[in-house]
Amino acid sequence: MTIKHIEEYRDAELARQLAEQIKRTSRRPVRLMEVCGTHTVSIFRSGIRSLLPETVSLLSGPGCPVCVTDQAEIDAFIEVSKQPEVIVATFGDLMRVPGSTSSLQAERAEGRDIRVVYSTMDALAIARNHPEKQVVFLGVGFETTAPTIAAAILSAAAARLDNFSVLAAHKTVPQALDALMSVEDVRIDGFILPGHVSVIIGLNAYRPFFDRHRIPCVVAGFEPADILQAIVSLIEQIESGKARLVNGYPRAVTEAGNRKAQEILARVFEPADACWRGIGLIPSSGLRIRAAYAAHDAGRRFHLNAVEAGPPKGCACGEILTGKKTPPECALYKKVCTPMDPVGPCMVSSEGTCAAYYRYHY
Amino acid sequence: MKSDKVLLDHGSGGKISHRMTQDLLLPAFNNPILAELNDGAIFELQGLRLGFSTDSYTVDPIFFPGGNIGELAVYGTVNDLAMCGAEPAYLSAALIIEEGFALDQLQAIVSAMSRAAAHAGVTVVTGDTKVVPRGAVDKIFINTSGIGAIPPGVQIGSRLARPGDRVLLSGTIADHGVSVLASREGLSFQTSVQSDTAPLNHMVRSMLAAGPGVHVLRDPTRGGLGTALNEIAEKSAIGIRIREDRIAVKAEVAGLCELLGLDPLYLANEGKLIAFVAPEDTDAVLAAMRRDPYGHDAVLIGEVTAEHPGKVFMDTRIGGTRIVDMLTGEQLPRIC
Repeated sequence: MTIKHIEEYRDAELARQLAEQIKRTSRRPVRLMEVCGTHTVSIFRSGIRSLLPETVSLLSGPGCPVCVTDQAEIDAFIEVSKQPEVIVATFGDLMRVPGSTSSLQAERAEGRDIRVVYSTMDALAIARNHPEKQVVFLGVGFETTAPTIAAAILSAAAARLDNFSVLAAHKTVPQALDALMSVEDVRIDGFILPGHVSVIIGLNAYRPFFDRHRIPCVVAGFEPADILQAIVSLIEQIESGKARLVNGYPRAVTEAGNRKAQEILARVFEPADACWRGIGLIPSSGLRIRAAYAAHDAGRRFHLNAVEAGPPKGCACGEILTGKKTPPECALYKKVCTPMDPVGPCMVSSEGTCAAYYRYHY
Repeated sequence: MKSDKVLLDHGSGGKISHRMTQDLLLPAFNNPILAELNDGAIFELQGLRLGFSTDSYTVDPIFFPGGNIGELAVYGTVNDLAMCGAEPAYLSAALIIEEGFALDQLQAIVSAMSRAAAHAGVTVVTGDTKVVPRGAVDKIFINTSGIGAIPPGVQIGSRLARPGDRVLLSGTIADHGVSVLASREGLSFQTSVQSDTAPLNHMVRSMLAAGPGVHVLRDPTRGGLGTALNEIAEKSAIGIRIREDRIAVKAEVAGLCELLGLDPLYLANEGKLIAFVAPEDTDAVLAAMRRDPYGHDAVLIGEVTAEHPGKVFMDTRIGGTRIVDMLTGEQLPRIC
């Protein structure tokens, strides 16, 4: 997609018209959840909240991969960095996330070899260049990221790169939506579904969820006009009482999704139960490396058994991820917990809800 | 979680760096000249007002599209002096070199420094070289300091912005930050984005000649435009309102930022400046900027308000409003 194409969706006039339409059509108060952290940031950055009527509340959902990573998984990431002869390769977001007693950033300052990479292929290159070391990539992310990590494992297997492994903590979105609907006290009137994830899994992946709950759902792109358009559609569905599953991002998302990516994903990973921060265990919502690729599974290689770990004391990340609380309702927000000294992961990741509220002074 | 070690965040130029400056450095060297925390120190010596500045350069990689650590080290200090209203005259240069560093690369860096000094019209008059064992530094670090006289009548400082001042920006933002990031080892982006590293002292001289109303000058290097504006808002105790649609970002820079989840407002520039100018002098100063080769694309991006002292607001492209906060720590690319 060219930047010029993106510019059309940022068009001020179009956005203004959509905002007007929302004001005109929204009557009853609604709580809409944007599931994806990239949506959260786009909403803040473009000033969408300042254009919405009081009737429309936006809640940020469990769609920031770092934020939903369980405390025990974070602890395992830190643990593996302490193993002898290990180089940890990770996406940057994870560096500051506090584990129970430390963070990757603090471990790096202690002298552990922890490197920020921008793609899994960079991590493979490190493994190739350091045959004497074990390179462990920290696999975090949803269906968007997981296929690239699966592809890296396939490359490593084909090249017999035995010193490359992945510590996988991937999660899948549709199962989390289901779990969210069963969390007590959660009130959500409609979902803005993630764009990038949907490019991979396709609109059909949400059908079982939609059929079970009949709640308004719109897959949205990330430009301001995309998001406003999604809100227009959700309000129209809510006001008319007719819930639909809408593809609001047809320039990138198809019914079936990206089959090639799905195949690669399924070849390397199999569904497994996963623990989500704030939600708990969700059946079949994670991805485990298949036995055929056990050699590249850092969990098996280093015998890392997740030790149960509770969330940091007083941290409301769990309630925030499920839309039960907003960051200012957390007792730690801005007082003890800031991006400089984060207590919970939602204050760390650039896409975390608390960090976004903090940065944009809500 | 508080760490008892120095983290990379302490060097990001954002809130965490500020806290270290406030808590550790200011109390130790306690004096009113330092406490101003301008790009350089401004003081009087035997009747002459001087600007004096120092900076260390540790950029990785040392060669990047559009320049290398050599010209960066010269232009960086030249620009810091220019932002004090001083006319940069003399520079010192100290090179700390890792054992095993290639001589031809050293030659290339020193040549670049020499060319840059000539281009900026400054003379490197003293220096030092140290060679340290392999691993004690990463290839080469350079420190430069510079000194220059401040012409009579020139009063520039980050506390001097006042309500009504117009905010001018000399061109596109984030070019340097993205150029360095994209050419960093481990990142395999093919990009034509060039660093904007350039001397700004000639432009500043023309701006000061164009009108007496230039109150604040700042080159938004580390921490980017967003952080620089916040510092000025805080120190001058004024509010700033800027317009997103006036701030130009090259298409390729915007694309890479989008991909990596980085905000161009917080990425470094090495050849751009922002100026706070009294309304009556705005047109003349803007015209002077546009006449300079490094200020062709200068634009008015906003103005100073009496409301919301210490805060920076942005009117977004789609007609909304949001706050622009200071960067907190190193920007980390996101996962998805």
